[in-house]
Amino acid sequence: MLGGINPAILIASLMVASVPIILAAIGELVVEKAGVLNLGVEGMMIMGAICGFVTAVATGNPYLGFLGGAVGGALLSLIFGVLTQYFLSNQVATGLALTLFGLGLSSMIGQGYNGIKPPPTGVVPLGPLSDIPALGRILFSHDWVVYASILIVAAVWAVLKYTRTGLILRAVGESHDAAHALGYKVIRIRMLAIMFGGAMAGLGGAYISLVRVPQWTDGITAGAGWIALAIVVFASWRPWRILLGAYLFGGITVLQLNLQAAGAAIPVQYLSMSPYLITILVLVIMSSGKGRASMNAPAALGQNFHASR
Amino acid sequence: MQRRSILKGGAALGFATMMGGKLAFAQGLEKVKAGFIYVGPIGDGGWTFQHHQGALAVQQEYGDKVEVVWQENVPEGADAERALTQMALSGCNIIFTTSFGYMDATNAVAAKFPDVKFEHATGYKRDSANVSTYNARFYEGRAVQGHIAGKMTKTNKIGYIGSFPIPEVVMGINSYYLHAKKANPAVELSVVWAFTWFDPAKEADAAKALIDQGVDVIASHTDSTAPLAEAAKTEGKVIGFGQASDMSEYKPSPRVSSIIDNWAPYYIKRVGALLDGSYAQVDVWEGIGGGEVQIGEITDAVPADVKAEAEALRDSIGAGTYHPFTGPINKQDGSAWLAEGATAPDGELLGMNFYVEGITGDIPS
Repeated sequence: MLGGINPAILIASLMVASVPIILAAIGELVVEKAGVLNLGVEGMMIMGAICGFVTAVATGNPYLGFLGGAVGGALLSLIFGVLTQYFLSNQVATGLALTLFGLGLSSMIGQGYNGIKPPPTGVVPLGPLSDIPALGRILFSHDWVVYASILIVAAVWAVLKYTRTGLILRAVGESHDAAHALGYKVIRIRMLAIMFGGAMAGLGGAYISLVRVPQWTDGITAGAGWIALAIVVFASWRPWRILLGAYLFGGITVLQLNLQAAGAAIPVQYLSMSPYLITILVLVIMSSGKGRASMNAPAALGQNFHASR
Repeated sequence: MQRRSILKGGAALGFATMMGGKLAFAQGLEKVKAGFIYVGPIGDGGWTFQHHQGALAVQQEYGDKVEVVWQENVPEGADAERALTQMALSGCNIIFTTSFGYMDATNAVAAKFPDVKFEHATGYKRDSANVSTYNARFYEGRAVQGHIAGKMTKTNKIGYIGSFPIPEVVMGINSYYLHAKKANPAVELSVVWAFTWFDPAKEADAAKALIDQGVDVIASHTDSTAPLAEAAKTEGKVIGFGQASDMSEYKPSPRVSSIIDNWAPYYIKRVGALLDGSYAQVDVWEGIGGGEVQIGEITDAVPADVKAEAEALRDSIGAGTYHPFTGPINKQDGSAWLAEGATAPDGELLGMNFYVEGITGDIPS
């Protein structure tokens, strides 16, 4: 059935294709674990895409570009944080507005950056490792962000599960009143989580404009932020499932295009909708059933906190 | 955002202008407000960018006598109807809708605003007298690209990134394939449908999938420069073409030539006709000969003899001595379509829903 498609190349491609979604989703997971619903992922991603692009072009250094992307995303998320945490605005509305604002602002910053090529982000030189047949192509021939994205997922998982910091973060997300009573600074913790989410989304956006498409055009993220948001929910707020969901989505997207290019006799419209359908289906089946997974949403998700209540 | 509020604010004023405008039509209008609806952002570097260049040319040509307004990123479908209605209410005298998917919305809104002129790009429905359609014969440019592709491919595999399975795209695929085949009988075509006009990441993925499958010449029918950026990563192994806009930043390779949509002359003519009172409903379909389709410079990455052949092909199409769809041509299923020497009538081209013989795969329905 996979006639003519080299699985090693396919897996290598899907790992690259999934990076922006993994980064944005893992950031949003931390934000939501802290009890904040930030729907502005798309806006933060595209701000990261343009800030990263501008920084990389200005300095000629792709690493600084990624840093710039993360800072751009974090700064935009700061607006969201101040509005929702200090002025207690509605999180859903503020998040949506953040997306619109990010799209517009990035378009404005991006004036004059159309058609410029950013400095290339090279593959990490792993020497003879990348010459191993198949495995070398899959595991040892990527740029550093691909590896970083997996490490970040692992780190978030470990921190949430095993550390005191993770426990505090989750406590704030489950019951901010209880956390407050215990003496934790709910607002400060949430602000930090929001900024982490913004930085990750920005990093993901920068990956699109610096590596995946290597150029700037308005609206370059084209909805990746919304996919990331959906994956957080369908992955029932679990880091490794986010990795799985993103790889599934990215993998099937790449696979369906490869199947088309290879001339597989499957109607194209089924192929086109398959990434959405299969990703949702798999994650829904995994999180259904009697386990705790189905009720894994942080209890205080989307609720504003004020110490007087 | 701001543009929208300007539109809203002008709505009341707009009605008055429209009523006044009605009387003045025969002698032409004193001042024209021209609206443009774009499917993507102006900064896409391709399709929408070229339309906006046309809009700016109108502004430059007539100065104070025109006011140009536009809205970017208008989704095809119900949203388009809302955007169009808003523009019509804001006092636009003429509205250009610049994507195929606005066809029904354009005709629906046009029926409600008989005094506003509507111009729909690449469509074929003119339900009321105030709807005109205009298009460019992109397939003429595709013929030139196909010839270059057939000559340049080393793997004998060429690719085409399709947007939506509409006649305009199918026409382009057929023309591209026919001329590649003529230049190189061993050539095979892979078509990937992206189902989007503008999604750089997806367009890049589609190009990557084609490259992974061994394709080394890629033509795209989507709006951004992403496929060229993807081809650029292969360090010269894969070439492609600028689409809609020249995309000269990818010269000399991977971009070895391009199809440039040149809308400015048409926009200037139509707004001018509204100003001098000679405006009438039309259905325009110009190509290389009329200047709406231009072939961007063929770079040195293409051998001189291939370049000369491609330019000769371009000139013969432009002069009208050669039609890219000249028989004998069979349909994909082997049945005869055009007899020896016959050329395709426009009507059949505009409704084209079949591949020509030799292309594998099905057109999604």
